[in-house]
Amino acid sequence: MTPRLVVAVTLLTIREIARRRVLLVLFGLSLFSVLLVGWGTDRLVSISREDGVGELQIQIGVSQVLILIAFMFSFILAMSAAFLAAPAIASDVESGTALAMLARPLRRSELVVGRWLGLAIIVIGYAGLSGLLAIGVVAFTTGHMPPQPLVAVGFLAFEAVIVMTLALALGTRLPSMAAGAITVVVFALAWFAGVLGGVASAFNATALTGATEALRILMPTDALWRGVVYGLEPPLVDLIVAGRFGNAVDANPFYATTPPPLQVVLWSVAWIGIVIGAGIWLFQRREL
Amino acid sequence: MSPPSIETRGLRKTYGRTVALDGLDLHVGEAEVFGLLGPNGAGKTTAVKLLLGLARATSGTGTVLGRPLGDREARRRIGYLPELFRYQPWLTAREVLALHCDLAGLPRDRWPAEIDRALSTVGLSARGTDRVTGFSKGMQQRLGLGVALLGDPALVVLDEPTSALDPVGREDVRSIVREAKARGTSVVLNSHLLGEVERLCDRVAIVHRGRLIASGGLSDLLGEPALRLRVTGIDGLADRILGAFGPVSADGEWLVIRPLPPERVPDVVAAVVAAGGRVHAVDPGRRSLEEAFLDLVRPTADGAA
Repeated sequence: MTPRLVVAVTLLTIREIARRRVLLVLFGLSLFSVLLVGWGTDRLVSISREDGVGELQIQIGVSQVLILIAFMFSFILAMSAAFLAAPAIASDVESGTALAMLARPLRRSELVVGRWLGLAIIVIGYAGLSGLLAIGVVAFTTGHMPPQPLVAVGFLAFEAVIVMTLALALGTRLPSMAAGAITVVVFALAWFAGVLGGVASAFNATALTGATEALRILMPTDALWRGVVYGLEPPLVDLIVAGRFGNAVDANPFYATTPPPLQVVLWSVAWIGIVIGAGIWLFQRREL
Repeated sequence: MSPPSIETRGLRKTYGRTVALDGLDLHVGEAEVFGLLGPNGAGKTTAVKLLLGLARATSGTGTVLGRPLGDREARRRIGYLPELFRYQPWLTAREVLALHCDLAGLPRDRWPAEIDRALSTVGLSARGTDRVTGFSKGMQQRLGLGVALLGDPALVVLDEPTSALDPVGREDVRSIVREAKARGTSVVLNSHLLGEVERLCDRVAIVHRGRLIASGGLSDLLGEPALRLRVTGIDGLADRILGAFGPVSADGEWLVIRPLPPERVPDVVAAVVAAGGRVHAVDPGRRSLEEAFLDLVRPTADGAA
């Protein structure tokens, strides 16, 4: 693989997204959402204080609202990542742009890896900026700062990169619409499997646990989502919940006392490599 | 001795049960302008894609610029204008050319001169900083030609290079091809426009239903030169007078002498006039490439894709 060519494709990808004003629209929407979040949490805190709610309760309430906001943001982020990445190669092939590029001494693997790097930079940058901005605005309006904001944002970006990787890899073989739609469905299924797996675990339904666990390994976004929650969950909530609900808390997708195990993180990194590899393999066999 | 620009043996490509190309043998020499002809669906574009490594041959072998098909080193020295020419619409023409300079591995200090030269050659100097999205199809095809000519390639493959161009653009393409040949570049011209091919190509290959049905120099394909005459006043003597120059046949009001070297045309006219005949029209020439092409393709054209 020639680094110069990978970098050329990476820069082309970033320039494409910037020129097509996708970034501008995304940041515009994010800024609007963050302002809305700021206004909403400010109102929540003001009304609660007027009603005489205790400061501790308010802080716990805000922390849970922040987790819910992060959850919605993770969905939007995943959808954005899927619909940015699905056409990255698929539309090059559909439009014919790929013909002129691949007639040059550019390997198909270099095109895929260059595209992935460019998209990863955009997705991580977007998730990082928007996530930290939202946390910062909530901290400014309510005084609540989650225990590990960088961990939360890091896992949020990681989750989005996983979604982006799947959409890009599927797009090497499938039309962009199909690749995007399949990715979103798989992402939603993985999240659902996470909740269902928690319920199964709470009720010791081993067969169901096995099935949902398999899906969570095949698409590790849910495990990474637990990392986001872990970064946002105040220790006080852990103290309140601990010991009161037993295994049942596992079924709650908005509660996590521990970060995802190291094996899960390592598997997620390996998963990205495997899926990119599969995408390259599929693309190399595709007739242009 | 330099290797041939293109050499293929038994190149075959199938898509499922469809045979797109069936045993193609090609030889394109150095600095040769080679025409690849054929009706729609004949397999011309498939052949080009196999040569460039954009598709893989089911069987058969070949070399391009002395390297195996699809070889990266060879692709460094090939310029290609696809039939489906599309370039990043969000880039300017200069940026598209810079991208291809980068992909082709040209030293960065050569880029500005190469880009200026390419834009000037294809008549887009004034539009270099405009985005491709505002370009007409003809301008995009011109840009594609510029992309193909970057870095002075040893081989240029042009797939239907004039499909979106007006007559002025077509003449420009002819000049570009002639200049490329003069610089020692081999050109493969894949075209439906037989007039273009006839004017430009040293040799042609005709592909039909995936098979090579004829190839060679234009003189081989077009047959011997002939003379068509419309004369009066030599009734009954035509065979004797004209027969002295070569075999004579009738074609409606016309008499045809084939073969007849072009330099003998004045002698034929003089002989008719000397015998008291009147010459109304003289048409020296031979079969056009179009006639030769139709003769080759028509017998089997039924059901062609």
